[in-house]
Amino acid sequence: MARVRESAIIAAPVEEVWHWLRDFNSHAAWHPAIASSEIEGGVPADTVGAVRAFTLTDGGFLREQLLALDDDARELSYCLIEAPLPLHGYVATIRLLPVTDGGQTFWEWSSEFSPPPDRAAELTALVANDIYRAGMRALERHLRRDDPARIRVQRAPMPAPTPMPVAVASGQSARAVVMTAHGGPEVLEIREITAPDPGPGEVRIAQSHIGVNFIDIYCRTGYFDLLTPPGVPGMEAAGVVDSIGAGVAHLSPGDRVAYACAPTGAYASSRTMAADLVVRIPDWLDSAHAAAGLLKGITAGFLLHDVHRLQRGENVVVHAAAGGVGTLLTQWAGALGAEVIATVSDEAKAQVASANGARAVAIGRGAEFLDTVQRLTDGRGADVVFDAIGRDSFANSIAALATRGHLVSFGQASGDIGAREIGPLSSKSLTLSRPNYGHYIADRAMMTMQADRLFAAIEAGRVTIPDPVLTPLEQVAQVHDDLEHGRTTGAIVLTA
Amino acid sequence: MTRVYVSSVIPAPAANVWRRVRDFNGLPDWTPFVAESRIEQNQPSDKVGCIRNFTLKDGGRIREQLLALSDYDMSCTYAILESPMGVENYVAKLTLTPVTDGNVTFAQWQADFDCAPDREAALVEQIGKGVFQAAFSALGASFGGR
Repeated sequence: MARVRESAIIAAPVEEVWHWLRDFNSHAAWHPAIASSEIEGGVPADTVGAVRAFTLTDGGFLREQLLALDDDARELSYCLIEAPLPLHGYVATIRLLPVTDGGQTFWEWSSEFSPPPDRAAELTALVANDIYRAGMRALERHLRRDDPARIRVQRAPMPAPTPMPVAVASGQSARAVVMTAHGGPEVLEIREITAPDPGPGEVRIAQSHIGVNFIDIYCRTGYFDLLTPPGVPGMEAAGVVDSIGAGVAHLSPGDRVAYACAPTGAYASSRTMAADLVVRIPDWLDSAHAAAGLLKGITAGFLLHDVHRLQRGENVVVHAAAGGVGTLLTQWAGALGAEVIATVSDEAKAQVASANGARAVAIGRGAEFLDTVQRLTDGRGADVVFDAIGRDSFANSIAALATRGHLVSFGQASGDIGAREIGPLSSKSLTLSRPNYGHYIADRAMMTMQADRLFAAIEAGRVTIPDPVLTPLEQVAQVHDDLEHGRTTGAIVLTA
Repeated sequence: MTRVYVSSVIPAPAANVWRRVRDFNGLPDWTPFVAESRIEQNQPSDKVGCIRNFTLKDGGRIREQLLALSDYDMSCTYAILESPMGVENYVAKLTLTPVTDGNVTFAQWQADFDCAPDREAALVEQIGKGVFQAAFSALGASFGGR
């Protein structure tokens, strides 16, 4: 049995939305998939038992019967009698509820049916997206047309695909950030470069959005040996494929894609690179959020599933829980049923961590943090600590852990952790992990698995990529300075 | 029987909001008017039948019993056992529903009760605005809403 449930907030009073929906024959007026409809036998459209016979814009013919209509509950149910698709036993329900403090309407549209097993995913998506989501948005537009003053706050529309540049034999000129030496933000310069035509196994991407990550700072300072200057830093971007080399089967020109991997070279408006680790972005995810969330989201994903196999009910500490990875770790760990104790550096970030679903938030990582962990775990300590702070937090991360606890040290924003004795770990039988992002996206199969897991988590609402701060590529030095000094919250994306 | 119904949109995924509100002993954490709360007889706060005993910031004391809790429907039903409000047969239900378009939460809070006819309007106002709407507004703000 397949179940579909879609819901939306419609910017119109519930009476008005119900006025349209209770008319079982009105859908031809507002649903984009329906060309024409009539009630059989000429009975009134609110007669329970009435059958609507209708034709889709693609020519398909369907008949549906009204099973229940309830003006008090503002709910109706109907079933399919005849359809061109195998939606066996399809019964759908629409219900409306008022949002009393905003004057809008909550609309839920759900159904159950028995598709052939091999077509379940396809038919479920078709019903959810093409019939329900599209229909809900269309009726809202229809109502707004009646009243142009009514404007609904909604997410930014999906940007139109970037027009495909005409391929030129000698490569594509591009603006890029070139790192002239290891050092401070001043070593980053804007220059014109050429993105060569893709060779075998390569792809060239017209990049609209470039993700900025803390690893870019390590690359710039030379802490990680990722790039020998001069060269282009950056490991994450999203855009549109403009051409592919021989042997690339999983991408086509025009595909919206993103990547988050070595080697560096992302800080550019166009880039040619190995196609292996480049993934297609789902239609529902815009390029800015893909560039903001792919590296951080995959990081959160493998930390919670592969480095530590998080169990429901575990007590989890997330340091820097308002930061890029910290935000996603906090949300995802909470969605997996863990109790998250967050640490942040100030009150504003505490509110972000709280909104991410942290059960408790400590400001700072000192005595108050340790007290919070003790109190919330009945003195046992945390099962796992996710620590990208490094030097300044290492000792208290160890102190916060329960017996047999797990310290996952995946960064060092405050400085190198330095040499440590492993002997003291035995006082609580602790496990220490020191994962490297590259080893968890080592080939196309791993990258695809990680990206699919992230996209599924976003789609299911387990994680929400925060709206990134969009900054022009030219301001990269200031962005690095802010990120390095903890003056940012959430993700930063450069626009090319 | 008098009914009060208040609903709101909370700008966070329903699972996150539910984690906050499912704790029957958690009112001081998310409502602006509860000073302190305890569960009587040391019972777990998700044991159906448990009684929360809480003090309002204005000093009033209320005892409420958990009648139903559903992690599947994300709903919680409870009855007032003792309060200074002058209501009888008071049963309330708080329900969260995911809004898939935008991944936010539709929150509903409904109460049915009997009272003296001359008190009805004041109680509807007090419960609807002073309790349910005030709590939803604080909850929304805590998740970054207005």
